[in-house]
Formats: sequence, C-alpha cells, structure tokens
Amino acid sequence: MAEFSAGEEGKNRKILEIKNLRTHFHTKAGPLKAVDGLSYHVYKGESVGVVGESGCGKSISAMSVLRLIPNPPGEIVSGEILFNGQDLLKLTEQEMREIRGNRIAMIFQEPSASLNPVLTVRRQLSETLELHRGLDKKQSLEESIRLLKQVGIPDAERRVHDYPFQFSGGMQQRIMIAMGLSCKPELLIADEPTTSLDVTIQAQLMELIDDLRRTSGISVIIITHNLGLVARYVDRVNVMYTGRLVESCSTQQLFDGPAHPYTSALLASVPRLDSPRKKSMRVIKGLPPDLTRLPSGCSFHPRCESAMDICRKEIPPLEHIAGDHYCACFFDHGKYL
Amino acid sequence: MENERILDVENMSKFFPIASGGGAFRRKTADLRAVDGISFHIMKGETLGIVGESGCGKTTTGRCVLRLYDNIKGTVSFEGTDLTKLGAEQARRARREMQMIFQDPMASLDPRMTVGKIIGEPFRAHGEPERKDEIAELFRMVELDPNMAGRYPHEFSGGQRQRIGIARALALRPKFIVCDEPVSALDVSVQAQIIALLEGLREELGLTYLFIAHDLSVVRHISDRVAVMYLGKIVEITRSDELYSNPLHPYTLALLSAVPIPNPRLDRQRRRVMLSGDVPSPVNLPRGCRFNPRCPKRASGLCSEVEPELKPLSPGSDHWVACHHA
Repeated sequence: MAEFSAGEEGKNRKILEIKNLRTHFHTKAGPLKAVDGLSYHVYKGESVGVVGESGCGKSISAMSVLRLIPNPPGEIVSGEILFNGQDLLKLTEQEMREIRGNRIAMIFQEPSASLNPVLTVRRQLSETLELHRGLDKKQSLEESIRLLKQVGIPDAERRVHDYPFQFSGGMQQRIMIAMGLSCKPELLIADEPTTSLDVTIQAQLMELIDDLRRTSGISVIIITHNLGLVARYVDRVNVMYTGRLVESCSTQQLFDGPAHPYTSALLASVPRLDSPRKKSMRVIKGLPPDLTRLPSGCSFHPRCESAMDICRKEIPPLEHIAGDHYCACFFDHGKYL
Repeated sequence: MENERILDVENMSKFFPIASGGGAFRRKTADLRAVDGISFHIMKGETLGIVGESGCGKTTTGRCVLRLYDNIKGTVSFEGTDLTKLGAEQARRARREMQMIFQDPMASLDPRMTVGKIIGEPFRAHGEPERKDEIAELFRMVELDPNMAGRYPHEFSGGQRQRIGIARALALRPKFIVCDEPVSALDVSVQAQIIALLEGLREELGLTYLFIAHDLSVVRHISDRVAVMYLGKIVEITRSDELYSNPLHPYTLALLSAVPIPNPRLDRQRRRVMLSGDVPSPVNLPRGCRFNPRCPKRASGLCSEVEPELKPLSPGSDHWVACHHA
C-alpha cells in the first residue's frame, strides 16, 4: 500500500481530476456512450485502479485523458480533465503533444503492437529522449541504456541495438515501460499492462511498476479486469460499468465490504486460490448491455438481484456513503440512510 | 468416479524439427522439444488440469492426446487403444469419442456458416444425417435459444460463441473433451458462466476433461487433479487440494505466489517467490534440471548435472514431483 509520502506539500495534491467526462462514438445505431459522466481523481504518488469488464469504458476514459480518441467517430462531448489544475481539453494540439509521453505516459496491453518492428530499441527510445528532453545522440544512447537497466533488461549495452522481435513478450513490455518512463512523467497510465503475459512475468512487471512508483513518487493508473492485481498493487479502486462509475473506495474497503451489487457479484464470480475449492462461484446473469441501447434507469438493473422499482426509472447518482467510499446504487443508499 | 482409466499416456514426446539453410542445403539442425517424455493418466469422469506458462507444452500435450499430430513418440491409450499406432482414417474414427474446445471461439468458428450448420458439422464429417431435433437439443444443453440457429457467429458475444463451440464439441456425444484455455478470452462474469456450464455438462453427461489453462485459480476450481508443466516436462502432479495447499516443486511455488489473491490483507501475508528471467528456449534446454537457471532454491550441484525424475513422494503416494530437493 502507499508507503510513499510525497512530502507534506505533495500529499493530498490531486495530480489528475476527471470531472463529468463524456466520450461518445457516433455509430449507425446512434450515439454509443462509451464514457458517460465519469468523475474520479488521482493524488500525487498514488496508485489508482480502474476496474471493469470489456466495454465498460475503462480504456476509452484513459485514452480521453491523453486525447487519443479518433475523431470521427469518437468525440469528447463534455467534461473537464484537470492535470495539475490545467484542463487538458482546452489545450491546443501542439500543447497537448508536450504533455503526451512527456508528463503523462501510457503503457498499452499488447507490447508487440505498440513497438515499431523495423526500428531498433535504441532508435525508439532515443526518439522521445531527443524530442522531449533535448539530449544529443551520445547522451540519448547512454540514457537509453540506463533506462533499460532500470527496467531490468540484462546486457543492456548490447541489447539496445536489437529489434523488438528479438525480445520476449515480457521483455518487450519492459521496453514499453522504459519508453513510458524515459521523460520522467508525473503520471503513468497502464492499460492492462500484463494481460497478455504469463503470471510469473506479470508479477515481475507489476513489482517493477510498483517499485518505480515508490522510489520516484510518480502516480499510476492501472486499468485492469484482474481483481487480484488490484488487491496487490492499488491504493484506491474505481469500478466502472457501462461508461459510469458504480463504486469508488480504498482497496481494503472494496474487498472488505463492496457496496454496489455489481462489485460484490464481480468479486464472487472469480475462482480464488484462498477459498475452498468446491465453493461454487456466483454467476452474474446475462451480459453487459449494448452501449447504444442502454436499459432505462440504472444500467445494471436487468442483471441485479436487488433491483427495485426506482432502479428501472432513474439513474442512481454516485453518492458518498462513508469515509472515502462512494457508490451509485439506490439499494445501497437506502441501507446507509 | 469409476475406477477405470480412460486415458493412459506413457512417455509421450513430440518434437518439431527446426530447419535452416535454403534449397538443397536445407537441413534439420535442431529439435524443438515441445513435449519431452511425459506420462499421466485420467480416470473416467475425472478432470485433469494442466497449468504452465506459454511454451511449456500444455497445448501440444492436448493435441497429441487427440492425435492431431503425426510422429508422436510413446503411447497414448484411449480406452485401451494406442492412438499413436493408428492410421489417419482409424484415428479419425477413434476421435469421435474425443473432442476439443478452443480458446478463441471466433477463430474456431467458420464466419460464413450459420451456427446451426456449425453445430451440425460433426454429423456431416462423420457421414451421419443431421437431425434437427438433435441440434435443437444441443442448443438447449448450452443454454442457447434454438431459434438462433440461422444466425452467423459474428452476431454472438464472446461467451455465446464459446457456448456454440461447446455445443459442436458435444454433438457426437463424446466421452472425453480437451478444453484448451476455454475461458481465457472471456470477461470475468462470462467466464464464471462458462465454467458453471462445463461443470454442469460434466455431471449431466458423465464427461472426462483434460482442462488446459494458465489461470491457476480457474484450474484449481474445476480440476480433480492438476499437472504443472515446465518446458515440456511435468514437474509436479497431484490432487488439486494437495497441489495448492502443499506445493513441493519450486516452480509450482513460484507460479502460485505470482497469482495475487483478491484480498489485500491476506495477500500481504503470503510468502512471495519471485522468479528472475524468462523461460529458456525449448531448443536449447539447460543441462540438468530444466528449471535450475531460474530456480530460487538451486540447492546443489546435482541440479545443474542430473535431470530429476518425476516420482512419488513416498511409495504409493499420489503426489508426484520432479525435484532433487522436494
């Protein structure tokens, strides 16, 4: 958990604050509301998880932060994305380029798809170093080697001249992390960084990201569907469903007593190493809805076991329930009244 | 569980030749030892899980068991018949009883066929008439609406496609199914649905599964016994409860500790074993124990000299492990 203290001035300073973000895609079937009224924040030095199933908008919200949404068909319809107090949505494309990769870096799921196959690792690393940090050729080579060593690539002096295909998947993801860190960003967004990797490699990489956060005070957003990773590496969790936040709380709160029926169903539907083997998993009925045809009211109500009349009519707002715990559910609001 | 072995695999190996050079100079230069002399059995009605990281040979094992490859060394006996000795046509007939469910349902369903046709294909492949009522029954078994038979795979979600793949595998009423990462591509909530379906079908139809997956929690949940593979070898095999409560091979230990438990307090108390480096290439295997370059224990010189044998902990024990220091 958060052992890092960013000094008194840094503590509790919001490095990122997303307010009421709406990112829609225009499709033949009408507007697809990938992200629809999302708000959350990240403190300095904190590690925040964004959890949900495919199509819940977790990746789109991260790409919206970097303004990487292809337009058309996508569009950030409204909202604010405050990075150190500055609204990223108001910046020009030129100003945004200064932020991307430089102050906010992103690591994607598929490292082999994000690395250029025809350029050596050195070329790809030094490109950002020369562009953003103004290093010359010699300096950028030295810095590239230092970065590769930092992310644990053995024999970095020689390997820096290799092409991506000469590295294994885990090593490629290390290179992605090295690239992400090359400009000393304040915020690192990792979008399913270890989904395509084996468990032992996943553990190595998550430890690496966590170490970097503790030692350099960088803030991290981890986007994942893996609740185990959340338990181990995240301070605070945001659970998304159909483009909205359904629950936001500290990691311990999430696992001790989730408030939203979706969160508790999600937790109960994974087989776990720590529960009796034959314990049956709870199955969530049905599928996440089609985003162009969302059900009325709370979008989870057709799958919810506690759905009431009001759930079919009104969308529950995200409300404060205790401490740092927020939940968007009428059933739960009632419980805490 | 009946006391009868449905599948008996003895010293099975599958090597893939690596060739280099071109034209007349093309020569076999090495072997990729995907599966390197493994033995195991599966009892009737039992589920055996195979876990391991990519490249450990778990998928090749599943395919060898169905004899989807030629040139398999060793024996693979299914209900007493050695599949490796059969000709192609005999093997095809023997495979009626054995089916496979694949990881990626989109890649394993023909996009130009309606799902009704897809599910009926096994009948055609084995020269049997397609019976409408039987196909409708298969839809029902996987909890799909038979009225959707006229639709195409792309009209279904990932979980529904996996159900279609399962219905196709069930068409000829097999006794044994190899499930190769059947839930890895699915979302958490859908994954639980498919696991519950596979468990239900096992009870209802008395099926035997070979369940291959990299997710240790899923394998533990569904399997009676579990084999851990590393670089083409089984390093540990035992009952599911025993493997997870008393792992003896250092690789099993590392694999288990790499999986975070969804409970922060418990997770922090667990012993963590970190492995360094990647899995070595199955073309240039390390000398001695295959795991020794990454092993956190590496207790003696023996490890880098002699390959440990898979043997029972004590005579008669069902816990087998291949480590000099277990």
